[in-house]
Amino acid sequence: MIAYIIRRLMYVLPILVGVNILTFALFFVVNTPDDMAHMQLGMKHVTEEAVDNWKAERGYDRPLFYNGEQAGLTTLTDTIFFDNSVRLFVFDFGQSDDGRDIGHDISERMWPSLALAIPTLIIGLLVNLTFAMLMAFFRGSYVDLSGVILCVVLMSISGLFYIIGGQWLVSKILHLVPISGYQPGLDAWKFLILPVIIGVIGGIGSGARWYRTIFLEEIARDYVRTARAKGLGEQMVLFRHVLRNALVPILTGVVVVIPLLFMGSLVMESFFGIPGLGSYTIDAIHKQDFAIVRSMVFLGSVLYIVGLILTDISYTLVDPRIRLN
Amino acid sequence: MRIFTLLLLLMVIFLVGCDGAWNNPYPAEESEQNILYSSFQERPKHLDPAISYASNEIVFTGQIYEPVVQYHYLKRPYELIPLAGAAMPTVSYFDATGNELAGAGEAVAYTLYEITIQPGIQYQPHPAFVRDGDDYLYHNLSESEQAQVYTLDDLPQNDSRELVADDYIYQIKRLAHPALHSPILGLMSGYIDGLAEYSKELQQAHKSGEWLDLRDYSLSGVERVDRYTYRIKIEGSYPQFVYWLAMPFFAPVPWEADRLYSQPGLIEKNITLDWYPVGTGPFMLTVNNPNLQMVMERNPNFHGESYPTEGEPGDKVAGMLVDAGKPLPFIDKVVFSLEKESIPYWNKFLQGYYDASGISSDSFDQAISFDMSGQMGLGESMQAQGIQLKTTPAGSIFYMGFNMLDPVVGGESERARLLRQAISIAVDYEEFISIFANGRGLAAQGPLPPGIFGYLKGEQGMNPYVYDWVDGQVQRKSIDEAKQLLADAGYPGGRDAETGKPLTIHFDVTASGPDDKAWLNWYRKQFEKLGIQLMVRNTDYNRFREKMTNGNAQLFRWGWNADYPDPENFLFLLYGPNGKVNHSGVNAANYASVEFDALFEKLKNMPNGPARQAVIDETVKLLRHDAPWIWGMYSVSFALYHEWYQNLKRNMMANNTLKYARIDTELREQRRAEWNPPVVWPIALIVLAILLLIAPAFIAYRQREKRVVS
Repeated sequence: MIAYIIRRLMYVLPILVGVNILTFALFFVVNTPDDMAHMQLGMKHVTEEAVDNWKAERGYDRPLFYNGEQAGLTTLTDTIFFDNSVRLFVFDFGQSDDGRDIGHDISERMWPSLALAIPTLIIGLLVNLTFAMLMAFFRGSYVDLSGVILCVVLMSISGLFYIIGGQWLVSKILHLVPISGYQPGLDAWKFLILPVIIGVIGGIGSGARWYRTIFLEEIARDYVRTARAKGLGEQMVLFRHVLRNALVPILTGVVVVIPLLFMGSLVMESFFGIPGLGSYTIDAIHKQDFAIVRSMVFLGSVLYIVGLILTDISYTLVDPRIRLN
Repeated sequence: MRIFTLLLLLMVIFLVGCDGAWNNPYPAEESEQNILYSSFQERPKHLDPAISYASNEIVFTGQIYEPVVQYHYLKRPYELIPLAGAAMPTVSYFDATGNELAGAGEAVAYTLYEITIQPGIQYQPHPAFVRDGDDYLYHNLSESEQAQVYTLDDLPQNDSRELVADDYIYQIKRLAHPALHSPILGLMSGYIDGLAEYSKELQQAHKSGEWLDLRDYSLSGVERVDRYTYRIKIEGSYPQFVYWLAMPFFAPVPWEADRLYSQPGLIEKNITLDWYPVGTGPFMLTVNNPNLQMVMERNPNFHGESYPTEGEPGDKVAGMLVDAGKPLPFIDKVVFSLEKESIPYWNKFLQGYYDASGISSDSFDQAISFDMSGQMGLGESMQAQGIQLKTTPAGSIFYMGFNMLDPVVGGESERARLLRQAISIAVDYEEFISIFANGRGLAAQGPLPPGIFGYLKGEQGMNPYVYDWVDGQVQRKSIDEAKQLLADAGYPGGRDAETGKPLTIHFDVTASGPDDKAWLNWYRKQFEKLGIQLMVRNTDYNRFREKMTNGNAQLFRWGWNADYPDPENFLFLLYGPNGKVNHSGVNAANYASVEFDALFEKLKNMPNGPARQAVIDETVKLLRHDAPWIWGMYSVSFALYHEWYQNLKRNMMANNTLKYARIDTELREQRRAEWNPPVVWPIALIVLAILLLIAPAFIAYRQREKRVVS
């Protein structure tokens, strides 16, 4: 397995270089360094000299990928791409275009994102699994049918509706929790309870239906019939046998998102005023702050790859038949 | 099931145990404190007074930094009075040989502003001032010491010192610092003697990562007279310079702070002047977490200032002078919370958790109602809550500009001028304001908005090329008159009389949202009234700016917010040497008229008075005739505030107004409790509903488990 992990980690390098090149190309097609300078320096009284100085200060006055004025290896290294990319591989994100330390910003903003995302994931998973097993247990009955209809209804409603509706009902009409805001530490609970509930409810439709399908597939297998034939109760069959065997597809969906949790949720964080990472990238795109965009895309790619490797490893834990080689 | 019920019960018990309203987003201990609650939508990019220029930044810097002059809070038209200055700056004019002149005029070679500040003003407590014998305790931290500092609070000792003239000089020098990129460097280099050369000198001296001690580099345009007095030398005459002196760009910065913040280990952690400002104002920034909350608290070293004792007529009746002569500030703390979305922001204002609010389009219908005569007023629910409304001209204009370099709509030809005038009539901005701005604007009659010297009301201020004076009010000319003008221009029915081809005009805009389609269609319809085809060229702001720079636009939409309340700050948008294409200036329409330029040069140096008004009238008349802009609209700012918010008078020029605000905290607490009683019974109902839904399933499960296979 170690050899497998090392091999997978070695694949990471070309993938990240590719992601970086793509990010660069896409970003600079839309935003030239001049655009970035104008965005940072403001709209009023900006002279061309100020724009040139700003670019020179940040190294944006050089070519993007190839510096024809240099010789040898410097043609590739004395470029915006090289200068900005190499440091990323040691997780040195540098400074944003308006002078902030990106690493510091990320380390501060990841905690509120996690405070929202982890409970939403865990509670959501428990609720979805329970609901799905309930439907699977009563398959073909009115409970199953009602459950499926409910899931379809929940899936059909926009996430934004849950947020606005939840804020309206719980905060505005019932006055139970603050409509938005955040406080660090234990005081965060009263700001998180509503977005977590909304996140869980919003995810029931698709989650529970998917898990129900997995459980039904498993229930139809021979080993379940055997388990029943030897006299095991339905509870035992479902929890000890069906759930265990259904874990592989469930893990595929769950483990891969665990590292991405700290990237946050844009809409949820924005509406509830939670100072997480969700809006960090979008704000940076609006501000044309390439340093942040590049860092967040890089980080997102790394985390996604880590998530995939973790998923592979988790397979071996839940299914002894799977070997990584 | 038991666990779920238990959790729910625990939650209810916990909530019941909370003090006050459950939905209060602030800590319970703040409930009766003398705090003003506000919000910000986007994190401020810069708090360094040499860089900061955006309105969402000046909300903070305006309270912390003290320039030498400020705008009188109550008087209108806007009037400058001393702030840190002992008196208003004295202005002397000199000719090329150094002889003092009686006043501004063509012979002026340079102008001297002599400024004396009040003695005894102290800076807020700050670690930069802490001395260690002859040296400073925190100015030369070792690498390991710097590594231990994560916020300014990690430097535990604070001290202060007296404000001196050198601090103002230091800040003026900072405008030229190559690493700061001050947005006004280019502009000020044209006025402050030697600033352009100074900037080049600093560029050569500056080494990345090293502190540049600006005290070692002298600037010819700024001179220290004594401990409390300094002079600024302006090339030629620039009477508007005094307005710049009211902005944080010309506020004092102590060199000690610059030195402290120059240490690389602190810069890496955002511990810079851009993040932790140091001032002498009534408030100091104590919490700077722009991802969540920014808090300003009363500066314990504030030198003291009193609430104005006089204002404009009507202020006394309006209760604006109740606190006359009382020491400022009234509030101890201002809490700004990040609020990105308008819906939660608006609801928190209605719940009493923000003390004042603007009105977004989403909430306009709820906030404002119109009576039978079309008069605007507060909605019933707002009145019931005791909320009050203030409207103020915003000192800004949103216009449509013709590119005067364009062969069809531009130039000085009669044909193009008549075409521009016809279009100016056809684009019905009264309708635009009604539909798209909820009535929050006035159709513009010229380049000068209300509140700016030179603006005239009524028939005197009417644009006779677009409006008629009918029954005591302006009335837009009929579309038939516009069609006649169009025919006179050689486009009868919107077709070129010579070629027979339909006239097509390209309109460059930056419209990205789905809501923008409506107003783009509206513009098309305005042009259709004349038979002209409007081709909308929608693009992002970067491409739009590029087109404007290269002169590739034909018709465009833009706006301008006043930097200061002087007509020069609007009319310079049409000054020939400011042309965007040829001079990279702010004249986006590239309007160039010898006559206008001469009038502009004359009026910009004149003091406000009848003589200046006469020149302005002549200038505006010329502009209306030439019609380089469709004058568009002057925006009107609407603000709502709760009954506990005292002394609120909108001042669109002053940015240090929080010191005048007074909050009746007792009344606020009472209203919050009245408006936000927790309603618990639906929770019980929801639990019951869930139980009722689950019970049959649970019973069925138990029955199935007990079923015996026969």
